[in-house]
Amino acid sequence: MHPVRKQRLIIVLCVVLFSSAAVGLMAYALRGNINLFFPPAEVAAGKAPVGQPIRVGGMVVEGSVQRSEDSLHVRFEVTDYQARVPIVYEGILPDLFGEGQGAVAAGVLDDQGVLQATEVLAKHDENYMPPEVAEALEKSKAQMKGANMTKGQGE
Amino acid sequence: MIPEFGHFALIVALCLAVLLASVPLWGAWRRNTGAMALAPGLAMGLLVFSGISFACLAVAFLQDDFSVEVVANNSNSLLPAIYKFSAVWGNHEGSLLLWILILAVWTAAVATFSRQLPLLVLSRVLAVMGFVAVGFLSFSLLTSNPFARLIPGTPADGQDLNPLLQDPGLIIHPPLLYMGYVGFSVAFAFAIAALLGGRLDASWARWSRPWTNIAWAFLTLGIMLGSWWAYYELGWGGWWFWDPVENASFMPWLAGTALIHSLAVTEKRGLFKSWTVLLAIFAFSLSLLGTFLVRSGVLTSVHAFATDPARGLFILVFLAIVVGGSLTLYALRAPAVNSRVSFAWLSRETLLLVNNVVFLVATLTVLFGTLFPLLMDALGQGKYSVGPPYFNAVFVPLMALLVPFMGLGPVSRWKRDSAQRWKAELLLPAIAALACGLTLPLLHGEYNLWVALALVLAGWLLLGLGRDVWLRLRAAPTLARGLRRTPASYWGMVVAHLGFAACVVGVVATSQYSIERDLKMEAGQAETLAGYRFEFVELANFRGPNFRADEARFVVTRDGEEIARLAPQKRRYLASNQIMTEAAIDAGLFRDLFIAMGEPVGQGGAWAIRLHYKPMVRWMWLGAILMAVGGFITVVDKRYRRQRAASTASAGEVARGAQA
Repeated sequence: MHPVRKQRLIIVLCVVLFSSAAVGLMAYALRGNINLFFPPAEVAAGKAPVGQPIRVGGMVVEGSVQRSEDSLHVRFEVTDYQARVPIVYEGILPDLFGEGQGAVAAGVLDDQGVLQATEVLAKHDENYMPPEVAEALEKSKAQMKGANMTKGQGE
Repeated sequence: MIPEFGHFALIVALCLAVLLASVPLWGAWRRNTGAMALAPGLAMGLLVFSGISFACLAVAFLQDDFSVEVVANNSNSLLPAIYKFSAVWGNHEGSLLLWILILAVWTAAVATFSRQLPLLVLSRVLAVMGFVAVGFLSFSLLTSNPFARLIPGTPADGQDLNPLLQDPGLIIHPPLLYMGYVGFSVAFAFAIAALLGGRLDASWARWSRPWTNIAWAFLTLGIMLGSWWAYYELGWGGWWFWDPVENASFMPWLAGTALIHSLAVTEKRGLFKSWTVLLAIFAFSLSLLGTFLVRSGVLTSVHAFATDPARGLFILVFLAIVVGGSLTLYALRAPAVNSRVSFAWLSRETLLLVNNVVFLVATLTVLFGTLFPLLMDALGQGKYSVGPPYFNAVFVPLMALLVPFMGLGPVSRWKRDSAQRWKAELLLPAIAALACGLTLPLLHGEYNLWVALALVLAGWLLLGLGRDVWLRLRAAPTLARGLRRTPASYWGMVVAHLGFAACVVGVVATSQYSIERDLKMEAGQAETLAGYRFEFVELANFRGPNFRADEARFVVTRDGEEIARLAPQKRRYLASNQIMTEAAIDAGLFRDLFIAMGEPVGQGGAWAIRLHYKPMVRWMWLGAILMAVGGFITVVDKRYRRQRAASTASAGEVARGAQA
């Protein structure tokens, strides 16, 4: 074979081989490892899948945080002011976690509708809120307004 | 008055950058020596005025001038002086100014150390860097002026620097990272200059190689410091999260790693020329993309300071101009610089090609994972997040695939090699690596296949390198002469590859052998982890310069012998009322002991305590330091100082190539 052509063949084969391996890996890795965010209203409406990794976020309901006396077990609820989702977690909560603050939990929804969290994230500073939470809150606020207005018209 | 002066200096810098981006380029086009010769002077001016501007902002921080908005938002009179200084880049506006200053430093460095370059090339290179400077200076001045005042409405005291950033590691992490990020602009500028000139010969690769190596080494150090900081400062003992912002710095590193290897082929053999140019463009574009991701606020993380859509749009447009422009230029010019050299299947060229493909694929998979959530969100498909499992599942096999070839690399020959020779040279190292790797994990008790695999791969790298060093030195008449005859760039490669081997061992050992436990503990209780007894002695109060803290005092013993006294803290910063965890770590070459406080549990003074035993976690950072050191060593190679002679020689080479 002509040396230049042979060289091109080497290059093309290398590229094809490695990129197909990578695409395969990516497809495999993506299958189980991405998770979708659900606002509490959608979880309550049963739109979130049970038994699959998801994320749920909202404001931590005031007075809902219950810690166990003898372990690191903690239970709390998050809300988007439309619905509440109970979350249980075992471990150390982040520094910025608190009642009335934004939080996102990643985990699996059990058949009682409780999120068994494996990870809890809280906002990073006073002005920051996870964008998913901010958007979900805004949406629910807009819907509430809409509901009030239709009600107002009805009366 | 000083902030206005800084603002003015920044405007002057912009004017100089505009001149630098246009006049020398015009000169290069019209072959006007006078216009071209202006470039180094303009580059120096750019450095002086961006330096003045930066100094003015630093003075405003050190003097607690809270009438400046940035200072008021990110500093406090109680803040220790060193953090007041590092607070300059602990915010969006200031870090952008640091970006500009470092770009000016690189530009001036190119102007100073490349005087032996043909004026035509030098003026084009500096002009391209000037163009990049125009982009960032106007970004700073138009959307994020660091000198904006709060008059009237000057607060009595500032809001304090984010406590997470009040840390020695964070003083040097951003400058080092930016040295790397921005350093790729030099490789980019050389590539664009070569495309503009239409001559992509080996001398081009020789000129840009030392710059690329330095930038890569700085980036390595910067990423390593970031990982180290996350480990001890975020309080949960992790060292890499595949956070979008970490990825933003990691992608240019991956592309840069491909680039430095591809540059080697281009310099030594005149091959992969267009490919190398493309990689240089790619690496710098990823640096810009990283800046976009971090600065636009499209992604949220500790690093995201700003969420101003105008800023995101500006960087996006700039990114589009740079990427679009350079790719258009590439499309127009690249076919003209095709090479006519060939190589065989078994050769160093093929091995370096494998390196390039693996690193490029790794870059693209990380890029995909990072942008996937943005893409799905933009398409209205919902808010996804791509977690560490994705990246680990893709990244680990790719790196494992790389190492066998990496071990072959140094021993292999250019152009044509034979399997028999490889077998003769490397059979022994291969068997030794296999034997060591498979038996060493036995020492740890429970046998771990992943650790065994990592040790086999690391041993393969180490012994292969050892074999090659020995072969080289044996060929010389005396050891001293052999050492002298071996070029610095070779030693740099050896050190960097050793660093990579150390990294592999560190990452795998610490991921596999770490023991982590979250517990409820109160004073007087003790817990044993991997043979270490952690005794919670007492709970105390601590008063720092700008914070108060609860402190849990621990004594760690092993077989009754005291190993360390550790005192993790839970801090409350006075100005911002922020809570922060300060972990306590007893560091060692073979293991780290890590204690962090969670929150109080119950009423009896008990706390949630996080105990970690992390074996060999330091190897990862030491490995990264070795890689960076290797990068720096390559630069002192004598070959790069004989550039003028080399450039004329390679011009002859090209002429010969054209005849053939």
